[in-house]
Amino acid sequence: MDWESILSNTASWLISPETIAYALAALGLAVHFGYGGLLNFGMAGFMALGAYGYAISILTFGLPWWAGILVGMLASVVFAFILGIPTLRLRADYLAIVTIAAAEIVRLLFTTQVFDSVTNSADGLGNYHAGFRAANPFPEGTYGFGPWTYNANGWWVRVFGIGLLIIAALLVFLLMRSPWGRVLKGIREDEDAVRALGKNVFAYKMQALIVGGLFGALGGVVFALPSAVVPSVYVTSLTFFIWTILLLGGAATVFGPILGAVIFWVIMGFLSNVLPAMASSGLLPFMSTTQAATLRFILVGAALMLIVIFRPQGILGNKKELTFVKQ
Amino acid sequence: MSSNSSAQSPVKSTGLHIGDAAPGVAKVDPIIIADNVTRTFGGLKAVDVDHLEVPRGAITALIGPNGAGKTTLFNLLTGFDKPDTGTWTFDGKRLNGVPAFRVARMGQVRTFQLTKALGLLTVLENMKLGAQKQTGENMFSSLIKPLWTKQESEIEERAMEILARFKLDTKKDDFAASLSGGQRKLLEMARALMSSPKLVMLDEPMAGVNPALTQSLLDHILNLKQEGMSVLFVEHDMHMVRHIADWVIVMAEGRVVAEGDPHTVMEDPAVIDAYLGSHQDVDLGVVTGRISGEKTAEAEELLAEIDAEVGLTDSAAYSADPEKNEDTK
Ligand SMILES: Nc1ncnc2c1ncn2[C@@H]1O[C@H](COP(=O)(O)OP(=O)(O)OP(=O)(O)O)[C@@H](O)[C@H]1O
Ligand SMILES: [Mg+2]
Repeated sequence: MDWESILSNTASWLISPETIAYALAALGLAVHFGYGGLLNFGMAGFMALGAYGYAISILTFGLPWWAGILVGMLASVVFAFILGIPTLRLRADYLAIVTIAAAEIVRLLFTTQVFDSVTNSADGLGNYHAGFRAANPFPEGTYGFGPWTYNANGWWVRVFGIGLLIIAALLVFLLMRSPWGRVLKGIREDEDAVRALGKNVFAYKMQALIVGGLFGALGGVVFALPSAVVPSVYVTSLTFFIWTILLLGGAATVFGPILGAVIFWVIMGFLSNVLPAMASSGLLPFMSTTQAATLRFILVGAALMLIVIFRPQGILGNKKELTFVKQ
Repeated sequence: MSSNSSAQSPVKSTGLHIGDAAPGVAKVDPIIIADNVTRTFGGLKAVDVDHLEVPRGAITALIGPNGAGKTTLFNLLTGFDKPDTGTWTFDGKRLNGVPAFRVARMGQVRTFQLTKALGLLTVLENMKLGAQKQTGENMFSSLIKPLWTKQESEIEERAMEILARFKLDTKKDDFAASLSGGQRKLLEMARALMSSPKLVMLDEPMAGVNPALTQSLLDHILNLKQEGMSVLFVEHDMHMVRHIADWVIVMAEGRVVAEGDPHTVMEDPAVIDAYLGSHQDVDLGVVTGRISGEKTAEAEELLAEIDAEVGLTDSAAYSADPEKNEDTK
C-alpha cells in the first residue's frame, strides 16, 4: 500500500469544498435541531435549492455569480416558509415527516424531464463558473504546500467557502448567546412553557428554520462552486450525513458541526483510499475494490449509532446538555 | 413580612361579591368574566360554565374532585385550548381567540399542573426568560450586544431578587433539570413572576412540595396579593385553601357548583356532594389533602367538623368512612 499518497489524499480533505459545504449545512442543522429542537430531515432540499438557485440564475437568467448566491438563499427562505407555516404549529415529529418528503419533492422537481430546459434533469448543471472565477483575487498559478497545493481557482473556492463558514459560525455564536437564543433553547425544552411566558413561539421557530435553512443553502452553493450540480447528490442520505456530522461534533455547539464535518470527511477520505488499497492487496478477502469503497458508508452508519448511544452530546457538547437523552 | 405572615392568620379580603354567594355570583371588581364557556372531549363535557367572575386583588381557589375540569378551564382561559363556545374578558379586554402568548403578555400568566421547568437551561436563564419586552429577543437586535446588555443586567438583578425570595439563588447556575420536583414548582412560580403579571394562575402549586416548602409557598402566594396581584389557584389541600383563599370556586363535572368564602363553601351540601356523594369511589384524601396516609387524623377532624356543622347523620361521608379506614390500615 502506498501510505504516502493515502495520507496526502486524506489530509487534503481538511479544507476541501465538500468539507466546508457540509460544515455550513451542519451549522444550519445545529440552529434547527441543536438549539431549536426542530427535527429537520430535509437539509438536502435546502442544499439543492442553494446549488440549483445559484446555477440556474447564472445559466438561464444570466445573473452575476453573487446574485446567483442571493437567489439560492431566497429560494431556501421560501422553502422554509412553505415547510414551516403548516407544520410548525404541530408536534415536532410532523416537521420531520414533512421535511423528509419535501426535500425529495425538491430533488424530483429538479430531476424531472418537465423542466429539462432549465434543470437539465438527471444530467445536472455545469459550466457556470466564468463569473465566479473572474472575480478571483488570487494570482494565476499553483501554490500551497504538501497535500494542500491548489491552483488559483481551487484557493478562491476554499477561501470564499471558509469566509462564509466563519460568518455563519459568528452569527450562530452571536444569536445563541443572546436572549433570542435563550428563547429558542427554551422552545427546544418545552414550547408551552415558553408560550406561557409571552413569547411568540411560532415566530421564533420560523426564524430558526429560515436561518438554518440559509446556511444549508449556502452549503449547497459552496458544494456547487468548484464543480457541477449533480442531482443524485441531494438525496436523503446527504441529509443523514449532515445529521451524522452534527451529532458527532455536538448538536448544541458552534464549533461542533465544523469539527464534525472535518472529522467526517477526513475519515471518509481515508477510508475511500485505504479500503480499496486493502482490497487490492488482498487484506479484505471476498471483496472487490468497488465493494470495499462502499464499505465506508456502512462504517459511517455504524459510527452514527455508536455516537448516539455512547456520546449523545457529541465531541464538543456539554456532558449535561444531552440532546437525545432527556433527564 | 413574608416570614411571619403565615404565623398568624393572613388577612382575608372580604366583600368581594354582590348579593348572595351562589355559582356565578357577580363580583365587585372582577378581573375575569367568563360566559357560557364549554369544552367537550368526545362525548365528555369537560367544562360547562354558564357565568363566572374572578375577583381582582384577591386569592381565589378553584377546587373540585379529579376530572372536574379545573385544568381544562385554566387551559381555555389562558389560550392553551380552544373552547366549543363561550366568551371571556380579562381586565376588560376580550380574550377568546387570543393566542396563549398574547394572553401572557397582557398580564395573565399561568403555571402548569405538570411542572414545566426548562431542563437544559440554567435556573437563572429560566428566570430571565420570564421577563417581558426584551430588546435582545428580537433576532436582529440580538446580534448587537450593546443594545441589550443594560436591560439584561436589570433583568438579572430582578431575577436574583425573586430567586432569593424563593431560596433558589444558590442554584442559579444549575440546570433546571437537576432541581427536585418541589424546587421546580418553586422555579416555575418564580419565573412566572418575572413578567410582573396582574393575574397569576397556579395549577396545583403545592403538589409534591414538602410541608416545610409548602409554608414558604403559601407566604409567596400571600405576598402576591400584598403586591396587588390577583391569584387564581387550583388546589386539593383543603387546609391550605382555608388558610389563604379569600374566595373559593367549586367545580364538579365541568360545572361551577358552589362559590363563597372558604368557610361557608366547605359547609355547602353541594360541595360535600360533589366530593363524596356522586364520587364515592374517590379517595377521601381528595377532600382532606393529598397525602391521605399522613393526614388521616386531620382528615377525620375535617370530616367530623363538616358533619357536625352540616348535621349530616347518615351522609355519604359516613358511607365512605370505612373505605378509608381500610385504605390506611
Ligand atoms: N386532552 C383531553 N382529551 C380528552 N379528555 C380530556 C382531555 N383533557 C381533559 N380531559 C378530560 O376532561 C375532564 C377534566 O379534566 P381536567 O384535567 O380539567 O380535570 P381537573 O379538574 O384538572 O382534575 P385534576 O384535579 O385531577 O387535575 C377529565 O374527565 C379528563 O379526562
Ligand atoms: Mg388538573
